[in-house]
Amino acid sequence: MDDLIDEWDGKVASGLAFLRRRLIGEYEVDDFGFDSELTEHVFHPVLRQLYKHWFRTEVFDTKNVPDEGAALIVANHSGTIALDALMLCLAVHDEHPAHRYLRLLAADLVFRLPLVSEVARKSGATLACNPDVDRLLHEGQLVGVFPEGFKGVGKHYSERYKLQRFGRAGFVSVALRNRTPIVPAAIVGAEETYPLLGNIKPLARLLGTPYFPVTPTFPWLGPAGLVPLPSKWMIRFGEPIDTTPWSDQADDPAVVFNLADQVRETIQGMLHDLLKLRPDPFQE
Amino acid sequence: MTEPSADSSNAPRVVVVTGVSRFLGAQIAAQIAADPMVERVIGLDRVDPPAVYADLLSRVELRKVDLTKSMGNTLAKMRAEAVVHLAVVSSPDPAAGGRGGMKEQNVIGTMHLLAGCQQTPSLKRLVVRSSTAAYGASFRDPAVFTEDTEARDVPRGGYGRDILDIEGYVRGFRRRRPEVTATVLRFAPFVGPTAETMLLRYFAQSIVPTVLGRDPRLQFVHVEDALEIVRRSVLEDHPGTFNVAGPGVITLSQALRRSGRVNLPVVEPLLQAATRLGGVSLDQVELFVHGRVVDTAKLCKEFGFTPRSTAVAFDDFIKSHQTGALVTPDRIDSFLNMIKSVRARG
Repeated sequence: MDDLIDEWDGKVASGLAFLRRRLIGEYEVDDFGFDSELTEHVFHPVLRQLYKHWFRTEVFDTKNVPDEGAALIVANHSGTIALDALMLCLAVHDEHPAHRYLRLLAADLVFRLPLVSEVARKSGATLACNPDVDRLLHEGQLVGVFPEGFKGVGKHYSERYKLQRFGRAGFVSVALRNRTPIVPAAIVGAEETYPLLGNIKPLARLLGTPYFPVTPTFPWLGPAGLVPLPSKWMIRFGEPIDTTPWSDQADDPAVVFNLADQVRETIQGMLHDLLKLRPDPFQE
Repeated sequence: MTEPSADSSNAPRVVVVTGVSRFLGAQIAAQIAADPMVERVIGLDRVDPPAVYADLLSRVELRKVDLTKSMGNTLAKMRAEAVVHLAVVSSPDPAAGGRGGMKEQNVIGTMHLLAGCQQTPSLKRLVVRSSTAAYGASFRDPAVFTEDTEARDVPRGGYGRDILDIEGYVRGFRRRRPEVTATVLRFAPFVGPTAETMLLRYFAQSIVPTVLGRDPRLQFVHVEDALEIVRRSVLEDHPGTFNVAGPGVITLSQALRRSGRVNLPVVEPLLQAATRLGGVSLDQVELFVHGRVVDTAKLCKEFGFTPRSTAVAFDDFIKSHQTGALVTPDRIDSFLNMIKSVRARG
């Protein structure tokens, strides 16, 4: 009993110390606005509840993520809102022995929205543009990209786990230019969180969003429709792809598309393997 | 206080400083006048410097010149070898014609000055005050601006637009007089115990309006470091355009917490409407939505000088403006101690 009280006293004391640092502004943010203290003490604990208890996330092969130095983690994107990106960040931070931060690249839409933009920057995300990626990789950071973009998150439920087009495959040019390895990653589970059954285009145009989702629960149940369905999640990291042999061919479309296809097929293959491990999306 | 310039053979003998009746201009004129290699420093402004600068400017020749009117061959007659253009104003002054007067001074003033510079064969060096506002403000901007980043959207704020015009005229001047070393200094907002700018007056309030849902990344440069960079640009050869800012970043919320101010979040359209009433400008609203961070690697490499960090520079400002603080570390500590004592009793 005394131990329990001591433990709680310790928690309260560290909580008060945290509060004091926050209130007088004694913390650091980096040039991108990343606030590591806020991320660890506020964002991560909230997301961890979802990650552990709601989605029961299992992670495989974190050894494929380098312990240090720059790398580009490329993953599939799905689930109407980008929950998969946040879970991927937590998987890298919690399950990898080096507890690294994954710095996400986000669309400019994210930075247009008040509050969302603020949370995105503080949790380490930045705009998906060449100067920012180059700067992050130059600093030796782990960068997360989702080449499918809105085509991935906004696709119909019937298209689940089918990788969409990779567009210009800008991530390959970035990796070649910076001589950084590409780590493919497959995320299973996000597709079932908000199964997208329809898209109200006029509303999307009115709001300036890429789509306006209709799911079994949204918008019918109002705010309750925002609760994700409790699917079972699995994340696997593939073998890093060394890009140095082609580093001087970053502007050769043939090389770029070739590598992009290789990454795409690897992720698609990993997705199929994970789905075999998880026949029922809502299994324990 | 001022050491002789490193490459003294190259120091200009006659230096003309514009905007000498204001803080930056007066300080620079005085520092350069103290350099033994410089024979003559001439300070130009359309008004006489305030009496407090009389001692400081004792070795500076003062000339009353209105830059918004043609200056003819004044600079040529002075045999100016270096011109330091600091008469660029960042916020409208109601006493000097408001926004109209500000634009007149910034844009037309720069045009006339550069026209004068072009007709001055003795000119070796031109130093122009610019601002990081040159990068504009857009949601598609990279997180950190290097000197070669171009503004994606034309700024809505008047100062930002003036800065783009000023830099455009300097580009033209560089084409016409390629043998003159032109240095453009893009300053982050100044801070320091003595600086007086609209942004600092804003931070000196007890309750500070901010944009709801936005916590911009800010950068400052300490005035003393800014002065050092200008001084070196006049006395040494540093051609090009440079970001001048303290490395590192603080967010607006952090700045307000560190200075013990209370913020009042306001939705963006409302704050924009408030710009018409004064007290806050469109330039500031843009800054408070988008933030602005620049890369200073080029500056540090070229000048061999690193300004003190944004956090340290802002600290110096806080120390001299503690009176308006509502939330001080002492008060927070007594509040937290109260929680502790309540718990101890329970």
